[in-house]
Parts: sequence; C-alpha cells; structure tokens
Amino acid sequence: MLKSKKAMARNNFLKTWELHKEKYLLIAPFALIFICFTFIPIVVSIVLSFTSFNMLEMPKFTGLSNYINLIVYDEVFLIAVKNTLLFAIITGPISYIMCFGFSWLINELPPKIRAIMTLIFYAPSISGNAYLMWKLIFSSDMYGYANAWLMRLGIISEPVLWFDKKEYVMPILIIVQLWLSLGVSFLAFIAGFQNIDRTLYEAGIIDGIKNRWQELWFITLPAMKPQLMFGAVMQITQSLSVAGISMELAGFPSVEYAGHTILTHLHDYGNIRYEMGYASAIATILFLFMMLSNIIVQKLLRKVGE
Amino acid sequence: MTMVLGAFGLFSAWPLIYVINNAFKPLNEIFLFPPRLFVQNPTFNNFKDLFTIIGNSWIPFSRYIFNTVFITTAGTLGTVFVGSMAAFPLAKYKFPGSKVMSSLIVYSLMFSSSVTAIPNYIIMSKLGMIDSYWAVIIPAIGSTLGLYLMKNNIVQIPDSLLEASKMDGASEFKIYFSIIMPLSKPAWITLIVLSFQSLWGTTGGTFIYAEKLKPVSYALSQIVSAGVARTGVASAVSLIMLVVPVTVFIISQSNVIETMATSGMK
Repeated sequence: MLKSKKAMARNNFLKTWELHKEKYLLIAPFALIFICFTFIPIVVSIVLSFTSFNMLEMPKFTGLSNYINLIVYDEVFLIAVKNTLLFAIITGPISYIMCFGFSWLINELPPKIRAIMTLIFYAPSISGNAYLMWKLIFSSDMYGYANAWLMRLGIISEPVLWFDKKEYVMPILIIVQLWLSLGVSFLAFIAGFQNIDRTLYEAGIIDGIKNRWQELWFITLPAMKPQLMFGAVMQITQSLSVAGISMELAGFPSVEYAGHTILTHLHDYGNIRYEMGYASAIATILFLFMMLSNIIVQKLLRKVGE
Repeated sequence: MTMVLGAFGLFSAWPLIYVINNAFKPLNEIFLFPPRLFVQNPTFNNFKDLFTIIGNSWIPFSRYIFNTVFITTAGTLGTVFVGSMAAFPLAKYKFPGSKVMSSLIVYSLMFSSSVTAIPNYIIMSKLGMIDSYWAVIIPAIGSTLGLYLMKNNIVQIPDSLLEASKMDGASEFKIYFSIIMPLSKPAWITLIVLSFQSLWGTTGGTFIYAEKLKPVSYALSQIVSAGVARTGVASAVSLIMLVVPVTVFIISQSNVIETMATSGMK
C-alpha cells in the first residue's frame, strides 16, 4: 500500500517533469541564484528575529521578546513607525502618479525630444548621491539658497535653521523624495507604453471612445496593468524604506527624532549596536507593513479600467 | 502641460548641470562662497591633475578599468538573459510551483537588504566566492527586480503568437529566442540601463579585498578621499563616473524609440 503510494507520487513527479521540463530548465539558473542569495538569507533573518544575536556569540533563542520590546517598550520605534507611515502615505501615491503622468506626457513627444526629456527627468536617479545638493539649498546660514530667496522676498528676516527645527524636517525630506521619484517605475512605464498594441486604439474609436480621458481609462491603463503593478511594488518598497536621505540631510539621529524612520532605526541596531536579532525583528515588521500595503494596492489596481 | 514638464525638468536637470560645470571650475571657483552654478573661467586642470595621480598609481590604472568593464558586462548580460529566461515561463504558463515562485519574488523585493547582508556574506564565503569578481556578479544576476520587470512586460505579449509557433513544433527555447526576446526589447533595454548603472558604480564593498580585483569607482574614491586638496580632482572624477552610464542611457533610450518605429510592421 505504502509502496504503491510512493510509486504514484514518483509517477506524478515524472509526469509533471516531462510535461514542463523546458520551463523548469529555463527557470533553473535564476532559481538557483535566487534561493542561495535572496531566499535563504531572508529566511535566516526572520529566524534571527526570534533570537538575541550580537554577531560574536551564537544566537540565543528568545521567542517573541524582540517583538514585544519593539512594540511595547521602544518609544523611539513608535516615532519611527509614525514618521515612516506619514512619509509613505504622502510620497508613495504622489510619486506613483508623477511617474505615470510624466511618462504619459513624454510618450506623446517627438522621438528626439523624448529621449532628452527622459534623460533629464531620470537625472536625479542616475547621478548617484545628487540629493546632497539639497544640503546646499537648505543650508542653515544666509548663503543657503532657500534662506537667501526667502530673505530677499522679505518672508523671513533671519536665516532659518532648517534641520534643527522639528517641524521642517519631514516636509523637506518629502520634497527631496518627490524630486527623486522618477526612477525605476518611470523607466518601466516608458517601456510599457511601447508594448501597447496600437490596433487597440483604432478598435477603441470604433467602439465609441469619445475623448483622451476615456482612451486613458478604457484602453491605455488596462493595457499597462502589468507595469502599473510593477510600479506599485516599487513605490511601496521605496516610500516605506526611506533612510539614506534622512541620515544625510537631517543627520543621525535627527533633531527630536523628527526624521527617524523604521530603516534608520534598523541601521541604529544593525550597523551601530550590532544587535542583529533586534534589527531582524525591525526588518520583519517593515516587511509585514509592505506586504499589507501591497495587498491593498493590488486590490485597488484590479479596479482599473472597469 | 509643457510648462509643468519644463519647470520640473529644470529642477531635475540640476545635478547634471552642476556636475558638468564643477568639473571645469578652477579651484578658486569651487571654493567660492556663496557657490555659483555656472563656471566662469573653464579649465582642464582638474582632469590634468587626475591623470597625473592615475599615472602614479601602484597598480596600473588600466587594471581597475578592466575589472569594472568585466564586472559590468558580465553582470548586465547575465541579468538580462537569466532574468528574461526565467521570466518567460512565469509570465506565460501555469505549472506546479509557478505561483509560489512568482509571489516569493515579489515579496523578496520587500525585505530590507541591510539585515540579509550577514547571512549573504556567510553563504558566499562557504561557496568560496569572496574576493573574486563573482561575489559581485552572481548576486546581481539573480536580481529579483530585473526578473519582475521582465515578467510584467512579457505578460503583454499576445498568447496567439506563442501558440502559432508551437503549432509549428517550436520548443520553448526557440520561442524564447524568436518571439519573447524580440518583442520584449523595451523591457530588457530598460533592464540593461538599471543593471549597468548599479554595477558601474560598485566598489566591491566587503566582497573584494585584493587590490588588483578592485573596480574603478573604488580606486577613484580612494583618490578623492585623500583630502580637501583633491576637491578639484573629485569634481573631475564625478563627471567621468557619470559620463559612461549617461551614454549607455542615451544609446539604449534611442533604441526604445526605434522599436516603436518598427513595431508597426509586425
């Protein structure tokens, strides 16, 4: 009995393999690298989040204590969560719409101008840490561009210490992030517009599409759905994992933790204090936030074009 | 609408204009306060100084350039082929494991890489990849972002095209080369840009120790980090590091446009 079950399973396996052999072979190289360098490290990190691990001694299993400490006792973490969510709720959707809007507008331009405009909009992303120029703009003396302009216009009478005032930190970080928005999703949208089957538009005219907005909603957006999904995942991960611009511009730690985010909190424990168990717990919670927002956004995207 | 495009374009172009102008500024203009965006008396001195330093380097500078070119080329080609090969079946067919694989890939994009760095390093050293080009190249080839981008573009290719060539007895490999790759050109060109850009800037980080295996951006950052006296050289370095990815970007973007021009014939 047992033997025949085993034989059946083996049979099934062989049948599946025979049927889909070529597909598995096509995936194999990627799958191997993915499992070694992405999947296993993530699983290890999640396991570590239930331990206390200082990278010198062996990890000690501590159950849920990292999570309990984070949620119940770590007040700075709660500030970080609040900042991160506020930041993501504002920059995520706006960046997403900007990426789509700009690539849509650019797509209508004649080819040469289009290539130049694409380069210009993508420039902040291709020039490495170009966002450091915002340090010059918001430098706290009267020579900073922002202070100089505002003083000339008579709005302020003395230079503002931009990154020393709690209320300015978040708005400035949001502006810088929006300036950086036209990155990967923008390029993906531009490529996506090239894939749309042009006969769809001719068919649309016959079906009674009356104006550009109807064309956008009933033809362009549904045809772009795969890219819209891709862009959404990119925006979710980017807007929830802000850290670099905060640490470079607002300093680390920032004044009264005004620019503190989940990832800068993770940086604090992972790269400065070497409490890897705790850092892994932070990463896992951030991961859950992203999964949850992804599920919500994908549900919304399914309604496009209906 | 053109107004909006233009205004935002001005802000976006700022870093490009800044880097280009700074590279040709004499030292007194670089240290000018308040800073000026545009160069007044352009000079090639920064580049001359840079080449003098390069000429004195302990390891021939051409070695660093070779390292970067090798890492970037192998990594980019690998990313495009390995990624699109795996993306094709995941985008077009349902088979045991395809759904799990697809969602693992999407969700793996959401896990912070700063925590996975340590397990990653341990795995690499167990596989004996540390201190070789492969420590940078292989993980880049397994880019989930690249696969996800390819997959979402291949989905748009009409199924009828695949079925037609299957009727003619074509294997999946044949379909991949003769249908999937030509029709997903805008996507893999985008992937080339992204992959090139990230590999070009790599310094080898914690994975490459041997001086003779280090890439250009490491060598240049060592030159720059020698102090304030190198500020002029540093601005020349920024421009040089930027020119190559921008060139690749322009060439590939004009190819995206070419695809559009020819797609009317398919």
